[in-house]
Amino acid sequence: MKYEIVIGLEVHAELATASKLFCGCANEFGGEPNTNICPVCLGLPGSLPVLNEKAVEYALRVAEAMHLRVPERSVFARKNYFYPDMPKDYQISQYDMPITIDGWLDVDGARVGITRAHLEEDTGKSLHMGGGGRIHDAEYSLIDYNRAGVPLLEIVSEPDIRSPEQAKRYVEELRGALLAIGVSDVKMEEGSMRIDANVSVRPAGSEELGTRCEIKNLNSLRSLVRAIEYEAERQWALVEAGERVVQETRHWDEEGGRTVSGRSKEEAHDYRYFPEPDLVPVAPTDEMRAHVRATMPELPSERRARYVQDWGIREEDARILVDVPGLGAYAETAVAALDGGGTAKDVVNWTRQEVLAYLNESGGSPAELTPEMLAELVGLFAAGKISRSQAKDVLDESLREQKWPRDIVEEQNLSQVSDEEVLAQAIEDVLAANPGFIDEYRAADDKLKKKKQGFVMGQVRDALDGKANMQVLTRLLAQRLVS
Amino acid sequence: MAARITRQDVEHVARLARLALTEAEVEALTHELGAILDHAAEVSALRTADVPPTAHPLPLVNVLRPDEARTGLPRDEVLAEAPEAEDGRFRVPRILGEAP
Amino acid sequence: MTSAVEIAAGVRAGRRSARDVLEEHLSRIDEREGEIHAFNLVMADQARAAADAVDASDDKGPLAGVPIAVKDNMCTRGIPTTCSSRILDEWKPPYDATVIDRVRAAGAVIVGKTNLDEFAMGSSTENSAFGPTRNPHDLTRVPGGSSGGSAAAVAAGFATLALGSDTGGSIRQPAALCGVVGAKPTYGTVSRYGLIAFASSLDQIGPFASNIDDSALLLETIWAHDPCDSTSMPGARPSLETGSDVRGLRVGLIDEMVAADGIEPAVRDAVVRASDALAAAGAEVGSVSLPSTRYGISAYYLIAPAEASSNLARYDGVRYGIRVPGNDVAEMNANTRDAGFGAEVKRRIMLGTYALSAGYYDAYYGQAQRVRTLIVRDFDRAYEQFDVLLAPTSPTVAFELGAKTADPLAMYLCDVCTVPVNLSGQCAISVPFGDAAGLPIGVQVLAPALGEPVMFRAARAIEQAAP
Ligand SMILES: [Mg+2]
Ligand SMILES: [Zn+2]
Repeated sequence: MKYEIVIGLEVHAELATASKLFCGCANEFGGEPNTNICPVCLGLPGSLPVLNEKAVEYALRVAEAMHLRVPERSVFARKNYFYPDMPKDYQISQYDMPITIDGWLDVDGARVGITRAHLEEDTGKSLHMGGGGRIHDAEYSLIDYNRAGVPLLEIVSEPDIRSPEQAKRYVEELRGALLAIGVSDVKMEEGSMRIDANVSVRPAGSEELGTRCEIKNLNSLRSLVRAIEYEAERQWALVEAGERVVQETRHWDEEGGRTVSGRSKEEAHDYRYFPEPDLVPVAPTDEMRAHVRATMPELPSERRARYVQDWGIREEDARILVDVPGLGAYAETAVAALDGGGTAKDVVNWTRQEVLAYLNESGGSPAELTPEMLAELVGLFAAGKISRSQAKDVLDESLREQKWPRDIVEEQNLSQVSDEEVLAQAIEDVLAANPGFIDEYRAADDKLKKKKQGFVMGQVRDALDGKANMQVLTRLLAQRLVS
Repeated sequence: MAARITRQDVEHVARLARLALTEAEVEALTHELGAILDHAAEVSALRTADVPPTAHPLPLVNVLRPDEARTGLPRDEVLAEAPEAEDGRFRVPRILGEAP
Repeated sequence: MTSAVEIAAGVRAGRRSARDVLEEHLSRIDEREGEIHAFNLVMADQARAAADAVDASDDKGPLAGVPIAVKDNMCTRGIPTTCSSRILDEWKPPYDATVIDRVRAAGAVIVGKTNLDEFAMGSSTENSAFGPTRNPHDLTRVPGGSSGGSAAAVAAGFATLALGSDTGGSIRQPAALCGVVGAKPTYGTVSRYGLIAFASSLDQIGPFASNIDDSALLLETIWAHDPCDSTSMPGARPSLETGSDVRGLRVGLIDEMVAADGIEPAVRDAVVRASDALAAAGAEVGSVSLPSTRYGISAYYLIAPAEASSNLARYDGVRYGIRVPGNDVAEMNANTRDAGFGAEVKRRIMLGTYALSAGYYDAYYGQAQRVRTLIVRDFDRAYEQFDVLLAPTSPTVAFELGAKTADPLAMYLCDVCTVPVNLSGQCAISVPFGDAAGLPIGVQVLAPALGEPVMFRAARAIEQAAP
């Protein structure tokens, strides 16, 4: 590789609070336009913000999850710029004193530094009318302020990411963590998670940082990867042509598959940050932090480690259980319900194969299933009551119909014959009906021996209506023929 | 100490502040702001390196409200005050660029 | 003129009706409002309905039937709230300010919305889009500002009480110029929810009245913690019925303010005579230096415009108020703001934007915040030695209309004795004390944060000694 990409990400996650950051309006996605608005989030003259305690608690949870430090006090600041989706024409954000700083997140064994995670308010949404709905060609725009004032946590990474793929993995890890600790539903398609990427390139092996461009508002993992790939190529082409990369904001054009300069004819941005005089500082107390620690859910990385350790399963299987919402909990309940037969590993194998396939096909969620049914199935199979292929069929029906495996096995009369006495007697019956078989068998070469074994097994299977446990039968027959 | 404010500074600040000033306003403000800032020079010149800033006269911290959703304002009442509205939304002339 | 205390007592006891009280005031408005122009809006019909409701009520509050005027920068639901600016264009807020709820709940009858310097930026009420208010004592002179309409309304007997807001002296200075009592309470005691912001860290609502007891009564009514205002102070309100006994009270005359350039001799004499009166009543009077307060005006005229430049960004022609068309949204914003704001508001937005902009923040806004600290420290030292401080309210008596409109800096210097208290967040009150050729003079009593009880005590003693 002739060049290296250096990436830092700013992830904006909407916090899943009941109300907005500074007012009591509902924090909801997709309502009728301008129905969750009040004097505060509409920026009406005279209105004042009051901070939502849940948003602070969620920021502190993120601090725990991302190993961030929580400074003694943090301060809100006004970021001043004019834009019609912003009711006060300033955004209440945090500037030089954010609520959390200096943390990290491990991504596939590589550590990505997190500079800060700070609280700020979201903007409203614009609908561009005419010109195909694109901002630049529109005749006019319509504004809905339902989203204005929704709490955001802006999580800023260090420029520690080195490839588009790693950027994607970082976001996946981050999403998993935010979801696990219950602070955001991180639905990129609903815009509850949006990403800005700072991208620069430098010759491979160089330690110096190149000039970076900020690509704004990437709202899918696919866009993130494509935008970074495009932007890195674009910048490297400039470098190779001996031109300068201009530090600027760029926007991802999904249809065109390219980034375009966001420079408007407006003045250079000068946000004139200053401390928000309508709010007082946040100084998280020991009690607030202790409460957060006491109620912290398990992190994905912690849960993966626990599964690997306790169940002896592979890291990649543990990852699937953790990444698919609800699947880990399903497996855990099933393991707990095992009644002597089968192991946690068996449960995991069935879960990540058959159960996951069923969920993918049906679009359902693990929470709708009964994990005890899987435990019962694992027990039936381990006890040799049903064959592997029968077990597959039974599980499939159990999942579809929400029926207990034992009932299915009984209804369909599937139960295998594993009783050694019964099977041994059946073998003797076949041998008795075929006098001379033993002599012929002993005289035969290996190939013919196999064939003759197959004959006996087939006879036994037929005699037992196909329910013979073939594993046990194979073993018994081998013993009988050598003795 | 900063140099005296120029006409270009005034024009730049007017763009930041979204004020479509007339020529005469720019002219007048260049002089007036200059005089006011000259007066403020005494403040800029003070030695205050060891003095912390006071952003706020109040010593409060952690003023928080419970996370409870309440009904907001009736949309019609709000949109009735809007210079222009359409389909339950506020209407504005075309927006030339993405948010900065 | 009948005091608020007497009116409320009379109405509560059934000796007089709120409606009769109101009609007296409305007839005075009929007589003189044309020449004074204290109001942007006289709410005669609503006031009559409110007065009748008070008369019909079994539970009459502490301000039962007291006519009150409200500065037109406090939101009143469904009633135009203009800040004396074209840009708000008769905007009708969909909600009431917390202070409006409180005075109504106490039984006060709102008679109208009073004129002000646009967005409270000014010291003469000449910067109103709807024309100036005139001083009831001399119609050729200003009432002071920015709460000139509220001060004039009380002075002219249009209302017994009035609400104003004080960011750099906007209650105390017009009170002094109109010969009434005006108090700026400690920051955080009166909710700012619904007060249209000028400079958020300095703005404070306070009372106008014609005497100290009425002023205390109104402040007691509006002083309350408000969960809608993050900067509202928790804790119980103290009683302001603190008498007038000043024996042993330590009173400090502020050297810099008594001796400052531009203080008229009559004003200086009044302050000295007021201190003599306090001494005669048993107070220990001394003098104190607050050296950093000489930077008060400069610091104030950086901090207040900086906050204002941000607070006033929202008037962009999108959600309420006027709109002047443009080819795109940015042009529409700029056209709207240029047409909607008056010259002084634009000047301050420009000044504040500049003070916050890249490369100048540290020299201007940052530095002003440090000066603010120095001023706070000066006051802290002074209050180790003294219980209250004494100073002029305004350097001059009421000046003629137009006298200072051409020179912004000269107008800003009207606030030289009042801004330090806004910067420190403490309390102060202007008490009428004599006159100069018929024009009222105000003496300012300053006290530490939450020092209102002792402030009112000293103010009562001065009121009793006033010529
Ligand atoms: Mg941000
Ligand atoms: Zn709201």
